This record gives sequence, C-alpha cells and structure tokens, in this order.
Amino acid sequence: MDMAFPVANATAAVLTRVSAAFNAPLARAVVFGVHIDGHLVVEGLLIAVIVFQLTRKSYKPPKKPLTEKEIDELCNEWQPEPLCPPIKEGARIDTPMLESAAGPHTIVDGKEVVNFASANYLGLIGNEKIIDSCVGSLEKYGVGSCGPRGFYGTIDVHLDCEAKIANFLGTPDSILYSYGISTIFSVIPAFCKKGDIIVADEGVHWAVQNGLHLSRSTVVYFKHNDMASLASTLEKLTRGNKRAEKIRRYIVVESIYQNSGQIAPLDEIVRLKEEYRFRVILEESHSFGVLGKSGRGLAEHYGVPIEKIDIITAGMGNALATDGGFCTGSVRVVDHQRLSSSGYVFSASLPPYLASAAVSAVNYLEENPTVLSTLRSNIALMHKELSDTPGLEISSHVLSPIVFLKLKKSTGSPTTDLDLLETITERVLKEDSVFIVTSKKSNLDRCKLPIGIRLFVSAGHTESDIFTLSNSLKRVSASVLSD
Amino acid sequence: MVRLPYSTALTTLFSYGLLFAFGHLRDFFRRIIDSRKPTTNLKDYAPICLGHEDFYTRRLFNRVQDCCNRPIASAPDAWIDVIERYSNDGNKTIHRTSKTSRCLNLGSYNYLGFAAADEYCTPRVIESLKKYSASTCSVRVDGGNTKLHIELEELVARFVGKPAAILLGMGYATNSTIIPALIGKGGLIISDSLNHNSIVNGARGSGAAVRVFQHNNIAHLEEVLREQIAQGQPRTHRPWNKIIVIVEGIYSMEGELCKLPEVISVCKKYKAYTYLDEAHSIGAIGKSGRGVCDLLGVDPADVDIMMGTFTKSFGSCGGYIAASKEIIHHLKQTCPAHIYATSMSPPAVQQVISAIKVILGEDGTNRGAKKLAQIRENSNFFRSELKKMGFEVLGDNDSPVMPIMLYNPAKIPSFSRECLRLNVAAVVVAFPATPLLLSRARICISASHTREDLIKGLEVLSKAGDVSGIKYFPVEQEKTTAVEKLKKIQ
Repeated sequence: MDMAFPVANATAAVLTRVSAAFNAPLARAVVFGVHIDGHLVVEGLLIAVIVFQLTRKSYKPPKKPLTEKEIDELCNEWQPEPLCPPIKEGARIDTPMLESAAGPHTIVDGKEVVNFASANYLGLIGNEKIIDSCVGSLEKYGVGSCGPRGFYGTIDVHLDCEAKIANFLGTPDSILYSYGISTIFSVIPAFCKKGDIIVADEGVHWAVQNGLHLSRSTVVYFKHNDMASLASTLEKLTRGNKRAEKIRRYIVVESIYQNSGQIAPLDEIVRLKEEYRFRVILEESHSFGVLGKSGRGLAEHYGVPIEKIDIITAGMGNALATDGGFCTGSVRVVDHQRLSSSGYVFSASLPPYLASAAVSAVNYLEENPTVLSTLRSNIALMHKELSDTPGLEISSHVLSPIVFLKLKKSTGSPTTDLDLLETITERVLKEDSVFIVTSKKSNLDRCKLPIGIRLFVSAGHTESDIFTLSNSLKRVSASVLSD
Repeated sequence: MVRLPYSTALTTLFSYGLLFAFGHLRDFFRRIIDSRKPTTNLKDYAPICLGHEDFYTRRLFNRVQDCCNRPIASAPDAWIDVIERYSNDGNKTIHRTSKTSRCLNLGSYNYLGFAAADEYCTPRVIESLKKYSASTCSVRVDGGNTKLHIELEELVARFVGKPAAILLGMGYATNSTIIPALIGKGGLIISDSLNHNSIVNGARGSGAAVRVFQHNNIAHLEEVLREQIAQGQPRTHRPWNKIIVIVEGIYSMEGELCKLPEVISVCKKYKAYTYLDEAHSIGAIGKSGRGVCDLLGVDPADVDIMMGTFTKSFGSCGGYIAASKEIIHHLKQTCPAHIYATSMSPPAVQQVISAIKVILGEDGTNRGAKKLAQIRENSNFFRSELKKMGFEVLGDNDSPVMPIMLYNPAKIPSFSRECLRLNVAAVVVAFPATPLLLSRARICISASHTREDLIKGLEVLSKAGDVSGIKYFPVEQEKTTAVEKLKKIQ
C-alpha cells in the first residue's frame, strides 16, 4: 500500500507527460527563416539511415586463402600424367635407311632401288656443277654461319642468293630463311596480327596451320581448292561489315598442295582478291622451278603479273635440291621481315654452302629450260601408266609433280587405310626394289584430307623407271587390295 | 641481375624520350605531306604495317641500321673480312662496296673454333657431300633418313648421356615444334622470364597455359609451382595434366648459367618435368664439353628432356633433343618438324659427327681437350681484364658470353662504329632483344682466339669504351693488368 502511491503517482506523471508531448502542437523549428515541420526531421533521419545501409558492403562469408599445410597436401596428392604415352605394340617407326645420294636411283638397306620418294623434281641431286660450287663454298666459309643475320651471320653468298632469286622471279627483293618450313610460319605472324582476317584453304599443310595459329588472327577455312566456296566465304566476311575495310585481310593458299597434289587456280584467286580487296600469301614450295614455261612458278603458269601477288614464300628443299626457304614481294614486305620475322631474327642464318647451291641451281634452271619439258613428259607418262591401277585412283592435278594415289574405296578408318597403304609400299620395296612412300600425318595436324601414296616425279627418271614402278604397283595393289 | 644507377636511368630515359618526340614530330609532318600526294592503287586496302607497329623500326632503328646486319666475306672465324658499306640518304638504304676490312671477330658464336675449314672435319664433310649431295630433298620419315643421320643420333645420345636422341634441321624449329608435341591444352608450362623467342613461340603454339617465373629465382619458381598445383586450371580448378619447367643452360643475353641443381630438386619435389635448352652451353662449358650438367655436376638422368643446337659449338646447323627411349619414340611419331620438314643436310650432319669426335678425342688427337681448356682460359682471362678496366660486365665465370652494359641509346652506335674503325667486330644489342633501357654490347669468345688477339681486343674495347663513356665502374689501379705487363716486357 505504501509503495503503491508513489508508483501510481510516477506512472500518472509519465503518462501525463507523454500525452502532453503527443498532444503538443507539432514542433516547429525555424532554420534560416524557413519553417520546417517535425515530420521532415523524421523523414530526413530515415533517408540518412537508408543511405548508410546502402553504402555498407553486403555480407559475404569471409574468404580464407589456403594455408601452407593445405597447399602441401594438395601438392603431395597431385599426380601428373606421364610425359609421353607408352609405346604401342607393333608401331612402325623404322624408316628405310639410305646409303647414297637420294637421286633417281639410290641404295636403300643395302640394295639398289628406283627412288620415287625424294622431291628432286629437276634431278639436281648429284649434279656436278652444284657439287663443285658447294665444295668451293665449304673450303672458303666452312659449314655453319655461326650467327644470326643481324650479328655477322650475313655472308656475301646470302646477299647474292637473295638478289639472284629476286632477279629470277622479277620482284624487287627477297629474303632468305634457314629452314624450309620455318619460312611460312614466320612470315604469317609477321604480317597478320590479332584482329586481322585470314581466309585459308582447309588442305594447307602443318607449317601453314602453325603460322595461322601463332598469328592469333581470325581464321576462316574454305573447302579445299573450291573457288565457289572461297567466293562465298569472302562475300560473307565483307558484306555489311564496315569494319572490314580498316583491318588487314589475307587469303592463304598453296600453289601445289602437298596433302593432295591439287593446283590452286591463281587467275580466279587474283580476280576474287581484287574484287574483295584481300591480299594473297602464296606458298610455292612445290611449284617453284616446276610450273611455268621457264620454271618461275604459278604466276608464270597462269600468266598473272607477279606484282599482283603480295607475298610469295617457298622452301628450297624441293626443285632446287638445297635447304632453306625464301620469301619475296614488294620492298616494304621484305624490309618489314628483316626486323620482325622471328624465324629470321632469332635464328642462325642458312649455311653458306646451301646458299651457293641455290644460286647454282637457279643458274642451271636458267641455262637448261629443257629439263622442265622432260619433267612434264615424265608426269604425263606416269598419269597414263597409273590410270588403271586396281584399287587406287590418281587424285592429283595432271600437271602436278606430286602424284597422289588414294584408295578407291576407303575402309572407313584412317588407321586401317594407312595399314593397307603401308603394306603396299613395303611389298613394292621388298619385291620389286621400288622405293615409294605414303603420306604421313602428325597428330597435331588438323587437315582432314585423305591419306594416300605420294609419288614424286623427277626429271632424272627414265621411262623404264616409270614402267618398273607402274608394273610393280599394279601387281602388288591387285594382290593386297583384292582380299 | 643488372643494377641500374639512378643517374644513368634518368639520362637514358631522357634520350629515349627525345628520340620518340622527334620521331613523332617527323611522323606528323610525313602524314601532312602524304595527305597531299595522290592516292596509289592500294586504295581500300588497310596498310600492311600500321603506323605504330613499325614506329620503332622507322624512327629509331633506321638511324643506327649500319651497326646491324653487317655482311662478311669470309668464314666466321677469329678474324673476318667485314664488307664496307656506305649510305647516301642517312641510313635509309645501305649499299655495299667491294672493299673489305680485316677485323677481329668478337661477335660470332664460334666457341670451339669449328667455324672455318678444319683439318679433320672439312675433308670428311666434302667426302659426304660428294656421296650424299647437298640435300636429300625428302622428309626424314620418307626418303631422307641416311646412315649419317642414324649415326649422329646415336653419337649425340652417347655424348650428352641420355639413352636416345632425335635430330632436326634447325634449332629454332626444334623448340617451336617439340614443345607442342609434348604438352597440349590442360597442361602448364613454367618458363624463365628471359627464355629465348623459340621457346616462347613453342609454348604459345602448344595451347598449354604459360606462367613465368623471375629469372633464376628459385624461391619464386617454388612459389609459382605451389600456387599453380593448389589452384589447378583457371576457372575450373581441375588439376593440371602435367607441368613442364623450361630453363636454359646459358642465357645468351645475360651470360649467366642457370641454377640447375636447385631447379632439379624443386621440380622433383613437385613432380614437374624439366626441359633444358642447351643451345649455347653444349660443347662450350664443362670439363669434357658436355654442357651445364657437366659443369654443375648434375646427372643427365635427372633432366627429363635435354635440347641443344649444333650452330654454336659445332660449327654446323640443326638441333637435337635427347631423352628416354619412350619419349624419343613418341616424338618420332608426332613431331611435325620430323614428319614434314626436309631432313638435315648430310654434309652438315657429317660436320657435327666429326666435331663431336674431335671433342671426345676419338679422332686420335687431343685437340678437343686443348680447345676446351683454351676457351675456358680465354673467357676467364677476358672477363677479368674487362672488369679491371671498369666495364660493367654481366655473367658468370666460365661462360664464353660476356655482355657489356651500354644503357644510353647514343652509346650503341658510337661504341659499334668506333670498334669497327679500330678493326674489331663487336655486336650491340638493343630493344626488342633486351629491355628498352638495358642495351648492351655482347662479346663471344672463341677457342680459336689467341692471347695476342684477346689483348688487341681488350685495347680496342678500352679505347672505344673511353670514347663512349661506358666505364661505369672505377678502374682497379693497384693491380697492373696483363696489357701493361706485356707492354713493359716489350
């Protein structure tokens, strides 16, 4: 009772005060002569609270980096794959061993055979003049050049060779590379960078594919040697694409495709290139010294002026019977490569004796243009003889020195096809002493063209050589492919 | 590593800034002048080189073009005939004359002196040329496999200390085609930051992920390995298929050896594979010439893949890979350079066979051992004398490659031209082979240099160094140098 009174009094006093506060007129403040209502203060406070909440980071569970112990455990558990797959049983890697020069007749594994496996198109292997010039070069300069072109590796024979090739083809200048396949895969990245467009044939060989990959440009492939497919690809890429005018565009083709023996129709390509404003990079490894009235290549064969082709590259390991490669074009094209082509700047230069061999080979070709007609008649004879081989058909062009034979009826799997073809070539070598080879593929190669038997015709072959080959091939393929 | 003094850095930056400013000014005027000229028939074609891509070439490099690409008219031996050239339009085009000047060669990679005609090698090379001709015109897997190639593969494997080897026709192509055959997408390549362009190209062409570790920094290599194995592939975090660590024996722009024993122990601990590129070190260092493994006492069986080239110490061309029988078997079936490229020229193969036989002493003389001792003695003598003269020389002892720092862009042509005027052929290297501020001159010593050659070289380098002002370190006065000793005797 005694306590109730003060409590009741206190409660009543609080209630009175609270109701007074509520009943009191709304607080009025005057700030800078402006009346502000009380509810605005409350709203202002609410906005301040909202803004404050928005600026705070949302809750995320805290990230814990791996501790050293955890990293140790992961490192101990990790098992890498072996560096290479185990050796498969029965895998063939033994290749026939040559014991003499790879001319039309050579000694393989101890016996003399007729050689159709070397791309010795002009028959220059064993030529006396070339060997003499090499001997002179070896005695004067030694074997290697011991340095890249920029650091005292430029020997006067290199400059002579470049001038000779440029003179022969009719271009202002040319540049020498020290290895055949490194030519194309250094030239393409030197001119094509990220963002450029390249239209390439799907049958190009591995070195071109590697160059395209290293250039990081956008690559579009068209159907092998199909000009309609090329035209439609070019149309699709340039139509409505305003940006296409500012970026560099290239068409990459080979003159004679080593994966199929087809010849690219250069006149049609040049017409398309001029219509759609593309530049052409032409890989002429197998047609330099072979096509054209005087061996000047695909442009002479089709009667296209050489200035219309922007960049021509070729390996010299075929018709010229030496090693290395060259690239030619306008002065701007060649000069640009001297500083920015990686296979030229960062690699030792071509051994001087190979450059002298190239000069002698070009001299020989200029002095003896009849060797080309011998080569052409050999190719024609080969086509005539092999046209009725049982089970195999010729799928290369009639003028190509690479005669490509593929199975008339494929077994369906590339490995069994390869087995059949290898059996044919082994038996031909063992029974009739004729050395022929199949086309081999690396698993890094993305070309999908069918494999086959590749015959390299040379001007050094005689008619009896060709008859020996055709009789042997007909007999063996009849026996192997009939069962 | 190089310690760049502050004042040098400032002056170098200032010089380059000035050159760039002038280059851009000239480009600006050129654009104005060109816009007035009539358009050529290349309208609608994008220019083959965009303006900024070859800015360095046109405006900076062309001024000093005469210091590079100097042609010679003799074998790249100890003394060479450098062809004199002239230019009428400020180095835009350079023409050669028929006059030559005989210069001491401090630039070619001729470590054991096999560059010129050699009494043992050259007759055999000529014999093989007459027998096999200059080229086989065929790829190795078709008709390009001769008895010489098989002999050389066995010899290289025996020389390096591995079970088997494969031969390829070009050193650059060896790296760029073997690395894609060994590793692909889903793998990781960890390479030293100063690796050669061929390794960079091979790594890029393979499709594997690439990470770089600081040059010769083993702690950083271990850190990168731990982090990468723990994290796995980016975004999916799947574990890597395999990891390959790529290092070089001698780094040609630094003259340094790699820390091979530490790299091997780290790689073994984390189960990564090692790839050693011995382009400059095979044949040139080590007591028997077997390269950096010989010198540092590493068992060749610990390195998974050993690569080398024949251009430098053996005076030929081409490259090889030495590894276990399974790896070589696999490479012979997949490596594109083996399957698609013309096989190595037979005379070049014979040159390497003869050179290795001389080094091993199998030719019946001790010329090989003498050459190896000579190059070691020459390199150490030259390096110590250069350091005494006050030059800033990089690299380790025993390495035949000696970079001398230049830094400023103006010192590059002045040093090179002064040396040539005094009949010494020296090599100067600038951007893009080295970082922009760290240009240098590079000396390569050969076993065919005699003591008199080296002393003459030192004199000329000292004079050229005084003219260019590159003696950044104080000269050691208290010890008389060999040069002065010789002068006193005379």
